[in-house]
Amino acid sequence: MTAPQIEIQLIAAVVAIACAIPGVFLVLRKMALISDAISHSILPGVVIGFFLTHDLNSPWLILLAAVTGVITVVLVEAIQKTGLVKEDTAIGLVFPALFSIGVILIAKNANDVHLDVDAVLLGELAFAPFDRLIMSGLDLGPKSLWVMGCVLLITLTLLILFFKELKVSTFDAGLSSALGISPVIMHYGLMSISSVTVVGAFDAVGAILVVALMIAPAATAYLITSNLKKLLVLSILFGVFSALAGYWMAHLLDASISGSMTTVLGVVFLLVYLFAPRKGLIAVMYRQRQQRTEVSLLTFLLHLNNHQEENERHINHLNEHINWQKVRSKTVVDLALKNNMILIDNNVVSLTEKGKEFTELALEYIITNKDENIEPMKEDFFLFRG
Amino acid sequence: MEKIAIQVDDLTVAYNYKPVLWDIDLVIPEGVLMAIVGPNGAGKSTLIKSILDIIDPIAGSVAIYGKPYKQQRKLVAYVPQKGSVDWDFPTTALDVVMMGTYGSLGWIKRPGQKEKKASLEALEKVGMLSFKNRQISQLSGGQQQRVFLARALVQNASIYFMDEPFQGVDATTEIAIINILKELRKAGKTVVVVHHDLQTVPEYFDWVTFLNVKKIATGPVKDIFNDDNLTKTYGINYKVAINK
Repeated sequence: MTAPQIEIQLIAAVVAIACAIPGVFLVLRKMALISDAISHSILPGVVIGFFLTHDLNSPWLILLAAVTGVITVVLVEAIQKTGLVKEDTAIGLVFPALFSIGVILIAKNANDVHLDVDAVLLGELAFAPFDRLIMSGLDLGPKSLWVMGCVLLITLTLLILFFKELKVSTFDAGLSSALGISPVIMHYGLMSISSVTVVGAFDAVGAILVVALMIAPAATAYLITSNLKKLLVLSILFGVFSALAGYWMAHLLDASISGSMTTVLGVVFLLVYLFAPRKGLIAVMYRQRQQRTEVSLLTFLLHLNNHQEENERHINHLNEHINWQKVRSKTVVDLALKNNMILIDNNVVSLTEKGKEFTELALEYIITNKDENIEPMKEDFFLFRG
Repeated sequence: MEKIAIQVDDLTVAYNYKPVLWDIDLVIPEGVLMAIVGPNGAGKSTLIKSILDIIDPIAGSVAIYGKPYKQQRKLVAYVPQKGSVDWDFPTTALDVVMMGTYGSLGWIKRPGQKEKKASLEALEKVGMLSFKNRQISQLSGGQQQRVFLARALVQNASIYFMDEPFQGVDATTEIAIINILKELRKAGKTVVVVHHDLQTVPEYFDWVTFLNVKKIATGPVKDIFNDDNLTKTYGINYKVAINK
């Protein structure tokens, strides 16, 4: 690996971490779309900041652009508060308006500004190592690494300091307010951090793809864990993995880095969506199939429980009595045998003690819907896991 | 004379210039278990939220033991409507209860062993100790409500506000909750509950406020819980409605 390659990957990883952290809270607050709005509407802020500073990595530019991001949120909320339009409509009204101002500003001044719409939308990580931070003749590395490093440091510090405040105001704004932890302050704090992060990451990955770096890792991690701290850690891991894998994919294909990163993010989400242990598609389908079988088993046991007469319990007539096809009947009988719930004597099926006990417990659960009765059975049967 | 826990003066609240609470005067003495009753849209939740400074009123004032709410936060515990939060939030029952301690901790400081111990005790009080590590979406409606109640208990307050704690809970949980509320009253606490089931008011509560945008009446259940006030509040001849 060459030095610029390492630098690009470092920047990518730092950007991914810095985006993943606010992204988790945006996803939990159902505000994913707001990040999209911010990433576009900061454009006029970036352009004006660039006129003033002539440096895409200047802290002033970042602050100015971040203010535009917060203004977006304020405008969206103001429009929404009129009660005339809903939030999604308000978002749809605000960000194209601000973005278009930015586009016009760029077009009007295109001759003297090294800033074009393509770079703004897609970013260009490959150029990041060329813009270096040099202090008294000493080369300290790429500027954007320093910028994003600072953003990440601020984000991490705030996250650690205000973790409990973020948690309670996200989960229960009413309680948070009553406790004196103002949800309004937390809301605007999160919006400010998101704006700063978006602006900082903007140069590296562009306005469109920064949204993917914020939302996709959190959405992916949410499929795996139900613990907020793990959610944060997993989001960071998914983000960094996708950023690095994306870089190498771009390297192999000789394609856009940001495009490849986002593709990897999408693929990772898809894989987790399919294979996640509890919420994944395959796990859900498997569980539903098991539940179907178990419902059949229960029906079968109830039938045995209800009928003393032997002809109702004859193995060869069961299909007719319960109105099932042969395959299903066989699966169910096998399952019941395996669990020692039935005995087959002379082709006549009868419940064992265990079978009777199980049937009664299950019946009680169905009637009372009370969890306590079946707590020990949950481990063995999907049916009772809700 | 008995102490006044909550005093509300000339409180008016409006959403988009439409008043939802109109010139409310209300005095709640210390140590009562009070129901706020009224039809849908009567402003019951809004009344609680404006007392707790969650909603800004356009006029009027609120005093908790003679001082503004902001100075008295630690004396007050609040149980919002169960439906007001997202139960898919990635956290456990114990963690939700611990949130009750955040108010006394203040900003930045983290809960420690002391807070954890208090939270476990609160969970035990509501019969939910064995569910402490359960993901909250895996709890039934009644269990979620108990967790919310535990979160209020851990605040160890003097005044408890509860917004429809009996909504969507089974009979066992309802009895468990009301018993805890009665215990709180016995311990000299003041409990204010937004309540829907008029049949149970005389059995559960000793004080009642009738509300329908305006305050209709407030006082001891045995004196004012009558057909006259019910009719005034619900706008129909209540006796007839019940007999149907």
